[in-house]
Amino acid sequence: MRLIAENLGGERGGETVFSGIGFALEKGEALIVTGPNGSGKSTLLRVIAGLLPVAKGFVRVEAGGEAFPTIASASHYLGHLNAMKTALSVEENLGFWRAFQGEPALSVEEALETVGLGGLGHLPFGYLSTGQKRRASIAKLLVSRRPVWLLDEPTAGLDKASEERFAGLMRDHCQEGGIIVAATHLPLGLEGAKALQMKVAV
Amino acid sequence: MSSLFLRDIRLSIRAGGGALIGVIFFLAVIATIPFGVGPDLNLLSRIGPAILWIAALLACLLGLDRLFQADREDGSLDLLVLNSDRQMLALTVLVKCLAHWAGSVLPLVVAAPLLGLFMNMEPTGIGATAFTLLVGTPAITFIGAAGAAVAVALPRGGLLISVLVLPLTIPVLIFGVSASYGAVADPAPFLQPFLILAALTLFLAVVGPLAAALALRHGTD
Repeated sequence: MRLIAENLGGERGGETVFSGIGFALEKGEALIVTGPNGSGKSTLLRVIAGLLPVAKGFVRVEAGGEAFPTIASASHYLGHLNAMKTALSVEENLGFWRAFQGEPALSVEEALETVGLGGLGHLPFGYLSTGQKRRASIAKLLVSRRPVWLLDEPTAGLDKASEERFAGLMRDHCQEGGIIVAATHLPLGLEGAKALQMKVAV
Repeated sequence: MSSLFLRDIRLSIRAGGGALIGVIFFLAVIATIPFGVGPDLNLLSRIGPAILWIAALLACLLGLDRLFQADREDGSLDLLVLNSDRQMLALTVLVKCLAHWAGSVLPLVVAAPLLGLFMNMEPTGIGATAFTLLVGTPAITFIGAAGAAVAVALPRGGLLISVLVLPLTIPVLIFGVSASYGAVADPAPFLQPFLILAALTLFLAVVGPLAAALALRHGTD
């Protein structure tokens, strides 16, 4: 599995946000996208995921096999929003995404244990603190299998211990042959990751 | 897909879901009509099916703006679109429509016979109106889904959706009311308008979700 972007350009509302982005990630590799506010990190992730149209160039996965022919089918996208319903319990939320996204991996309880929320699954999602919500959202990455993780500020709101736990999860994912593209301001604790520095378009 | 249906049904029942708002609006409209029209029982029973249909139509439109907006605000919509290679987006929309109908519109159909008594309608008229509502209201939801998808990015799109959708629902209203009349008034036919109503629902069950899926796919930002 390979994730390749060449001369990639993205725009928002007709304005070019970035252009000429290129990278090639083999399996097991990670790319850390950094840059000041407004440099297009989130836009880049949304363009890669296919949630925004590609303005120039291309991005694609190669050798994804039958299960993951396109980027959209091969990707987990963790955006700023947690994509969970406040009125439903954490278990119900994760159970829904596990069934809907297909390719089930960990069970809901195992995933909650892994992110340190064991025993809190019965609570409504709205009762959790900001950091716990983020951790529940990270558990969403674990309940179904996807080789590519697209992470937008994944550690926002997490405490030190959770950050380290999440760094461990990302290392495990890479060791199993996964690919990570993460936009962040904070060091994520991923050794040997490639770096991409975005600049504000003039 | 069944998990999506269950999730949306749960959401509509739980606090803040708004499943009952439509029924209360429906009740309010129907209970007001006899005061406005006056105590002419024959007149009330004659206009009964039409009033029930109009009130049900407006109550249907009431909750439509939240169909996709709630999912957009918490980021779920991105993941629903992202997963469209595995779960076809039009099918996702169809399931959301069915869940919305079962959660918010079906209570209207259940309440309609009771409210028919307010309008001094005969038992056959009440039965026919409830039956045509049961068959016709899904069509309104399917058209509404397309409107809701177009207006999903607008913060106060509720009224806009109603204005967009209302002209398109007129055929459903016409055939629904004429079938209801057909069951009571003798020379008027019941079966023909009823079959056209059923055909409208089936047709819109395909066209509505497809149009909504197209709008959602191009509406992500």
